[in-house]
Amino acid sequence: MRYLPLTQPDREAMLATIGAKTIDDLFVDVPVIAQLDGPIRNLPMHASELAVERHMTRLAKKNLAAGDAPFFLGCGAYRHHVPASVDHLIQRGEFLTAYTPYQPEIAQGTLQMLFEFQTQVARLLGTDVANASMYDGSTACWEAIGMARRITKRGKAILSGGLHPHYVSVAKTMAKYTGDHLETALPTLSAETDIHSLIAAIDDDTSCVVVQYPDILGRIADLRPLADAAHAKKALLVAVVTEPVALGALKSPGEMDADIVVGEGQSIGVGLQFGGPYVGLMGCKDKYIRQMPGRFCGETVDAEGKRGFVLTLSTREQHIRREKATSNICTNSGLCALAFSIHMTLLGEAGLRALAATNHAGAVAATERLAKVPGVELVNDGFFNEFTLKLSQEARPVVRALADKGILAGVSLGRLYPGADDLANGLVVAVTETTTSEDVETLASSLEEALA
Amino acid sequence: MSNINQSGWRPTAPEAGEESVATFTGNRALMLEEALIFEIGSTETTGVDFPIAPPLQGRGWGGGSPQAIGLGHSPTPNPSPEGEGLENRLGGLARNTPIGLPGLSEPEAVRHYTRLSRQNYAIDLGLFPLGSCTMKHNPRLNEKMARLPGFADVHPLQPVDTVQGALGVINELAVWLIELTGMHGVAMTPKAGAHGELCGILCIKAALEAKGEGHRNVILVPESAHGTNPATAAFAGYAVEDIPATAEGRVDVEALKARLGPDVAGVMITNPNTCGLFEREMKTISDAVHAAGGFVYCDGANFNAIVGRVRPGDLGIDAMHINLHKTFSTPHGGGGPGSGPVVLSEALSPFGPLPFTERHADGHITLVEEETVGDRHPHSFGRMCAFNGQMGMFTRALTYILSHGADGLRQVAEDSVLNANYILRSLEDTLDAPFASSGPCMHEAIFSDDGLPEGFSTIDIAKGLIDEGYHPMTMYFPLVVHGAMLVEPTETESKAALDQFIGALRSVAERAKAGDESLRSAPHFAPRRRLDETLAARKPVLVWKDPELAQAAE
Repeated sequence: MRYLPLTQPDREAMLATIGAKTIDDLFVDVPVIAQLDGPIRNLPMHASELAVERHMTRLAKKNLAAGDAPFFLGCGAYRHHVPASVDHLIQRGEFLTAYTPYQPEIAQGTLQMLFEFQTQVARLLGTDVANASMYDGSTACWEAIGMARRITKRGKAILSGGLHPHYVSVAKTMAKYTGDHLETALPTLSAETDIHSLIAAIDDDTSCVVVQYPDILGRIADLRPLADAAHAKKALLVAVVTEPVALGALKSPGEMDADIVVGEGQSIGVGLQFGGPYVGLMGCKDKYIRQMPGRFCGETVDAEGKRGFVLTLSTREQHIRREKATSNICTNSGLCALAFSIHMTLLGEAGLRALAATNHAGAVAATERLAKVPGVELVNDGFFNEFTLKLSQEARPVVRALADKGILAGVSLGRLYPGADDLANGLVVAVTETTTSEDVETLASSLEEALA
Repeated sequence: MSNINQSGWRPTAPEAGEESVATFTGNRALMLEEALIFEIGSTETTGVDFPIAPPLQGRGWGGGSPQAIGLGHSPTPNPSPEGEGLENRLGGLARNTPIGLPGLSEPEAVRHYTRLSRQNYAIDLGLFPLGSCTMKHNPRLNEKMARLPGFADVHPLQPVDTVQGALGVINELAVWLIELTGMHGVAMTPKAGAHGELCGILCIKAALEAKGEGHRNVILVPESAHGTNPATAAFAGYAVEDIPATAEGRVDVEALKARLGPDVAGVMITNPNTCGLFEREMKTISDAVHAAGGFVYCDGANFNAIVGRVRPGDLGIDAMHINLHKTFSTPHGGGGPGSGPVVLSEALSPFGPLPFTERHADGHITLVEEETVGDRHPHSFGRMCAFNGQMGMFTRALTYILSHGADGLRQVAEDSVLNANYILRSLEDTLDAPFASSGPCMHEAIFSDDGLPEGFSTIDIAKGLIDEGYHPMTMYFPLVVHGAMLVEPTETESKAALDQFIGALRSVAERAKAGDESLRSAPHFAPRRRLDETLAARKPVLVWKDPELAQAAE
């Protein structure tokens, strides 16, 4: 077996050193009844690299890759072009095959990268600090709700109807066990967000208001009035960003006084990968750092006074604090954070802004073309690179019919909100720098046919 | 001797010289210092070129030329979508303040990260004996397969007919995990081990509530457990109580039995445990817990020791997470991403999270989500994350599993246990091995700091190993062994590699025993000397502040 270096003579020599006759002697603590007498039956035996490659390639070919079709899906995962050097660099063995940097003297590479990542994320989100990543946007969102509970010592969170339904679903699951009370609502197919009703709902029991920016339908609202209203009741504003490229064109949530900002970092540096692994972003105001979950990297000096970096503030974490920790999170998304950080460094501010401008330009042009299709109406007033169309019929069968023709038309709201009749005609369409004008034309003409 | 040519060149022979020479750069030949991107980059620089024309030929921008909206090759593109009379749809929220993100050109970026990478230790460089972390070789075939466009470039919300291969990977891996563990079902979505623990505990809680026993509010956890166990149980609202260990490093079964009762929801036990020992009485424990109405969670962090040889399902386990980044070799990546599928017993399977795959008789696979869960899986406790779990890790783990097959995986367990015992028996005369007399260890060997002279501790051994070219073992964990050193070599080390490591660890231990003061300031040859962790925690500096801002803040 190509991954196992021991030879049979090695094994025999080692058993002799140990003083064991056979390998079975080393498993004596396993009760006989639980010992298997040989390889588990009905499972295949080892296979060559070539054979495995054939098998996996056959499975891969049964999928329609986004790059092989006109592609318009978003809703929390976006297709962007990732420079080749990103994937090359993250595959350097010193990054790929390193562990969590618990021995800082020989992990300065990972640690310095994390310090740079934290700074990039904090600046992008407009927060004072950011942690070294969470699993993904949805779990970071839940952690933010828990963090707001610890800070405010209140148990009611108000979730905007514009929050990604999977994020709401995760929050509902967790709330069942922590006793948080969640107020949730469905979005409406209109240009207006629910900012005003959120403001009205905040009361003295509210720990936080959770709002997505841009929201699930791609709409954008000024968060400042919401932040002011929350703060007037001593509640926190939690902002959720699922498309971080948007912050190259839009004001950051931190700039509008959000207290905790979480996000899905997949758009920068990380591919679609059918939903994971992704990278959760999490930042907050300085005064709340001791309630943050996850790892922090901090600057310090070594015994000779040279600058260096270490994991720090670990008295919040499970390996030190056990049942009193701020979260049970341990492994997070290190390598995806690296990909994010490298891509962001390649972009720089100029590149990020140009990327955002390209995305927005493409989306604006696409809405103009698509809105001309009979039976299609643009729901949004404002948007970044994603917007919602209201079709003259239920969107889900249309999406399926277009998929049969090799067009990945977007996300139907029927898929995300099954049973919500008022939303069934909604189709969320994302346009990025990877979308060509031919793609848009194909989508427009196919919709014309499908809706005729 | 005459010159070979007129340049003055001649072959040289080295001469011994000064030990320590200062350099202008601070570099030491191949050991290169690297500044932060905030010190070397600029917000005007970008390493990414954008098309000169926007992809949509400028439509929608009020007829503005491509250059006018800053997509050209100018080094300082006008980044604002506003201005130049162009219409944007940003709702008056266009960014009008700088972000402060430095950029580097591609060659600078490649060099920056390559230099950083060289300050890291890694499995690719040498033996990485972190106990309970299973730092084994990461085959590159796994990386290649995960990057096939059919897996890497697929959106999680595509219509299921367009992702049958991706669902097929999830389903095939699920079958392997169920067969290897002898369990009934598996929840694939948890994103790491701790997330998997939470999944298992939430299944237990849901099952108890379904039986009308939601009042059970205590989870028993051995003192030797990973910190994630008590943190997880506490998150789910349980009171956590310790189970003591016996003198030979295993769960005190009598104490555990005595504590069982109508308030106990379950136990969380790591097997093989964090002392590197198999819990001989696991089945007895499971039976007792079940008889008392509770459930058994097994922390599967150490599954590598038994994969293919022992099935946890045969030991009465109800739920166990499997760290794909440990046993099944998906890369640790400097701290993730992980992946923590949870295998479930028949009693707990109905409560597992959404979404999951369902294979039909005709081979078609569907995804059961919120929409159909009411009919197909009404007891599910809900969703734990957006989308479908760590697909990129599933493809890698399945590639690894298919490469090994049932026979190879069994050999993995055997070689990992053989390697650990070889280290244990080779070093027990030098280092205190508290459980060595009780029999063999599993895939990791544990030593203590007993016998080290006053003033020397486990950390000095660990840092001494760094100078010998090794990543240290896990230190000061588990908590039940004083100054614990937990050594897990894994099956992917050769005998020659083990022999050299044993020699190095023996040498360092003997230096400590001899009171070698130089160990207390080790490492001497790493990119950094010991770092001041107290300072980092007392005055946290978590983000870079530009010098003028930092000054103003003081």
